[in-house]
Amino acid sequence: MKLIFEKSQPGRRGGELPRPDVPTPEVPPELKRDRPPRLPELAEPEILRHFTKLSTRNFGIDTGFYPLGSCTMKYNPRVNERLVMLPGFRDLHPYQDEDGSQGALELMWRLQEALIEVSGLDACSLQPAAGSQGELTGLMLMRAYFADRGEAERRDTIVTADTAHGTNPASVTMAGYKLAKVRTDPRGNVDVAHLRELVDERTAGLMLTNPSTLGLFDEHIEEIAAIFHEVGALLYYDGANLNAVCGISRPGDMGFDIVHINLHKTFSQPHGGGGPGGGPVVVRDTLEPFLPVPAVVKDGDGFRLDHDRPKSIGKVRGYTGPFGVFVRSYAYIRSYGPGLREMSETAVLNANYLLARLKDAYDLPFERLCMHEFVLSARSLKREHGISALDVAKRLMDYGFHPPTIYFPLVVPEALMIEPTETEAKETLDEFTDAMLAIVREAAEDPDVIKEAPHGRPVRRLDEVKAAKRAIVKYGFEEHADLSAEPAEARQLEAQKGA
Amino acid sequence: MSYLSLTDRDREEMLAAIGVSSVEELFRDIPAGVRFHRDLDLEPALGEQELSRHLEELAARNVDTTHELSFLGAGIYDHYVPAIVDAVLQRGEFLTAYTPYQPELSQGVLQAIFEYQTAICELTGMDVSNASGYDGTTVAADACYVAKHATGRSKVVVTEATNPQVRQVVKTYAPGFGLEIVEVPHREGVTNPDELRRAAADAACVIFQQPNFFGCLEPAPDLAAAAHDAEAIPVAHVDLVSLGVLEAPGVYGCGMAIGEGQSAGNYQSFAGPHYGFLAARNDFIRRMPGRIVGETVDTAGERGYVLTLQTREQHIRREKATSNITTNQTLLALAGLVHLSWLGPEGLRELGETCMGLCDYAKRRLVAAGFELAFPERTTFKEFAVRVGRSAKDAVATARSRGVHPGYALGRDFAGLDDALLVAVTEQRSPEDIDRLVEALAA
Amino acid sequence: MAATETYPEDLKYHKEHDWARIDGDEAVLGITWFAQDSLGELVHYEAPNEGDTISKDSSYGEVESVKAVSEVIAPLSGEVVEVNRKVVDEPETVNEDPYGEGWLIRIRLTEPSEADALLDVAAYKQVVAES
Repeated sequence: MKLIFEKSQPGRRGGELPRPDVPTPEVPPELKRDRPPRLPELAEPEILRHFTKLSTRNFGIDTGFYPLGSCTMKYNPRVNERLVMLPGFRDLHPYQDEDGSQGALELMWRLQEALIEVSGLDACSLQPAAGSQGELTGLMLMRAYFADRGEAERRDTIVTADTAHGTNPASVTMAGYKLAKVRTDPRGNVDVAHLRELVDERTAGLMLTNPSTLGLFDEHIEEIAAIFHEVGALLYYDGANLNAVCGISRPGDMGFDIVHINLHKTFSQPHGGGGPGGGPVVVRDTLEPFLPVPAVVKDGDGFRLDHDRPKSIGKVRGYTGPFGVFVRSYAYIRSYGPGLREMSETAVLNANYLLARLKDAYDLPFERLCMHEFVLSARSLKREHGISALDVAKRLMDYGFHPPTIYFPLVVPEALMIEPTETEAKETLDEFTDAMLAIVREAAEDPDVIKEAPHGRPVRRLDEVKAAKRAIVKYGFEEHADLSAEPAEARQLEAQKGA
Repeated sequence: MSYLSLTDRDREEMLAAIGVSSVEELFRDIPAGVRFHRDLDLEPALGEQELSRHLEELAARNVDTTHELSFLGAGIYDHYVPAIVDAVLQRGEFLTAYTPYQPELSQGVLQAIFEYQTAICELTGMDVSNASGYDGTTVAADACYVAKHATGRSKVVVTEATNPQVRQVVKTYAPGFGLEIVEVPHREGVTNPDELRRAAADAACVIFQQPNFFGCLEPAPDLAAAAHDAEAIPVAHVDLVSLGVLEAPGVYGCGMAIGEGQSAGNYQSFAGPHYGFLAARNDFIRRMPGRIVGETVDTAGERGYVLTLQTREQHIRREKATSNITTNQTLLALAGLVHLSWLGPEGLRELGETCMGLCDYAKRRLVAAGFELAFPERTTFKEFAVRVGRSAKDAVATARSRGVHPGYALGRDFAGLDDALLVAVTEQRSPEDIDRLVEALAA
Repeated sequence: MAATETYPEDLKYHKEHDWARIDGDEAVLGITWFAQDSLGELVHYEAPNEGDTISKDSSYGEVESVKAVSEVIAPLSGEVVEVNRKVVDEPETVNEDPYGEGWLIRIRLTEPSEADALLDVAAYKQVVAES
């Protein structure tokens, strides 16, 4: 399919602008644009066709089942898309006076209150733009807390789990902390004995998600919290897996002091092909003074922004955060009310149902009931038939499904991390199970059909080695290389190697 | 209302298949001490109709730009978003897709990002763009991180004429990055290159904004040259919709170009979600934060797109990653691409000229009505600072009582400007609107 | 194409899957067949500079495939005399010929006695078997 730039014809354009009858001032010559930017030149119908065609080459939750572990690909309610377009939300400037933005401030305050209740903590900031940014904010809060107590120099290390998402260690580095890693035990819990060796008075805190990326609730969470609190350290909850426990177990009650929530996971903000998201942080009252500024507060019957926060870490993002995301998340929570618990119960039920039906056909690293997601291994398939987790993923596309997360967490070889979410019908789960079982049969009887998958997509398997070596990251116009005119590579494509 | 599909019969069959007798049993691994036993204290559930009514009531209590003539800017602008942007963003295959880690299922998003990267590089004169950052403030922190690791230096210079929110976010990130931040004051609304050069000794990078926070055009090539003299990387924080009339930062020697993308394709939306952009010279490609889409071929020799250079990113490089960023702002960047495609080069140039022309008209009419411009000597793009002869905050209150929001009170961020308003004029305003502004301030 | 699995007799090995070919007071260093096979096709080699000092058991550079990054561990200490530019330009050379054309750096040894602590082929094959 052509790039939009390749469809460009000089002299065509999409829209027309109003041309008011005022003279155009001169741009000083040293600042003036010399050559016009080579933006596409197409009329509107062709622009719409181009993007529509692109969309048909893409798979969303609207298209089909999307069991990406730790991503919580649940249905994105359409009423929310209508609500964000209300002019009172859509056309509101962030610097409008407080008396002209009471509806927005109230919505934010109510969302904060709901997240506080779900977390079991005391105060909330909606400012961080994504889960990763929430993590970094949480670590900054820890630093400010310890600095306030004169302990900042001493506390230089954060403990993460070996099953942690890569964002956890990356955030630790960006926050200027050192990293320690705790092992996972054979039952899938944090290895408490190893943890005791790691934690001392130099420890600032723990970053953990519970349930873990293995989909397992840590049975020793109370003991873990005590280990950190005893040395005066803090606990940070990575909210990526919150969908499992809303109304069932609250992070604050588990012993966590700081929580980030992924609004684009648990609370239905659509992922948009990579973003936007929202990563609000909820904290214990001891940490409230350090939250980003401004805070959204209730003042009598009204709401306002409080900039008078002398101990605040500052700002992590512009203004008060991604408001359109808050509209959707607030609407989502209001549509469930206290029934939010049923959302999590169903997520856990759906996952355990799939686990029960698949665990004998694939390798199961941990013999336990799971929470909202579970991990299988394709290790036996690889050993016996040369079929890897990557191959299984590609073949699932032929059956009309998006594959699960593969090769994560790192502690499980040939990992397949499956998270159905609560919005799937039983028939869909059954169809997915049938496909997964069919692939096991194909591995023995007809492995080539798997290795050459997918068969029905706009492209076959792509040469990621070439992409990394050539690094063609934009259209080069007349100088654009034609990779498809080059001879086909004889060597095995590295995409097939997997992790 | 819930979005669940299971019936009672489904649940029975599923529990039987799992081998438990109740849903409650599925949670048996959770220690009793952390079980939550009461109902969540949340307001009662609302069906779609009641939910809509509730949200409409909240929205109605906001005074938005369809209900008030607004000249507010200061980083977020009321530009026209064409209907085609909404139509593309409503495609469920874009809206509800995840990050394109499985390229065979994601050629739509991957190609769109590749086109976005191309557009950003064209506008800024750079070699590589990422797939977006969170917003115009965090990309400044990103640029500092790149510069620190590229140069080994721990000092960053930012001009005072850069958006105060950008500066505040950079200062918040600085301690964790181990960076010292130095500010160079504005002189009559712009930055002095000699002052910048002196401040930039031993700096990893210099960040300046063009047009700057006051709407003034900085001597950008001289600022870039001054940074080079100090061996610091020049980083320009720019406005996408100005780049049809203003020179690309890559052409006048910048190492990186960053900014807030909202003006291209996004509604104001009380400041989000929007998208930050970050583009750089090829030298920095391996240090770029965020996702990058690259071109390649498939087994049949067909052209296709994939996420590339992923070894920079957190899921592979973990604690040594170029950033922790995962979820970004792809959908909003797609909106920017659609808008820029709809404008084309001619439309973008006209948009820039219209903003400049209306801005000038507003300045002339205000001066004629007896107001004093804060920086009369400066060429401006789509906003300017005007002294209103009294407290700017009071002037805002009075004007609003006449249905006009006249702009941002600068005294909040800058000493000596308590009587000054930052007035933004985009293509959404007309000369008649501007006449109303003058009346609302003059009375 | 990737080479077949071999571990030459005349080389010394380090448990982090690196080899050394000692040549008087200099040594040539690289990564083993096992290392390149685990990583997959290499797409990038981040080399040290000529003149840099490297230390035994520390990292002196990085190699990357599409999906993984690995530090390259020095089996011996020394000063970098030469960097193999062919591998910088064509990293896949390491996959094709890990012990010949795929050498990474040549160093002048600062502590020649460190060679005594290195593994011989049999001992290294044991390490591979346990990995």
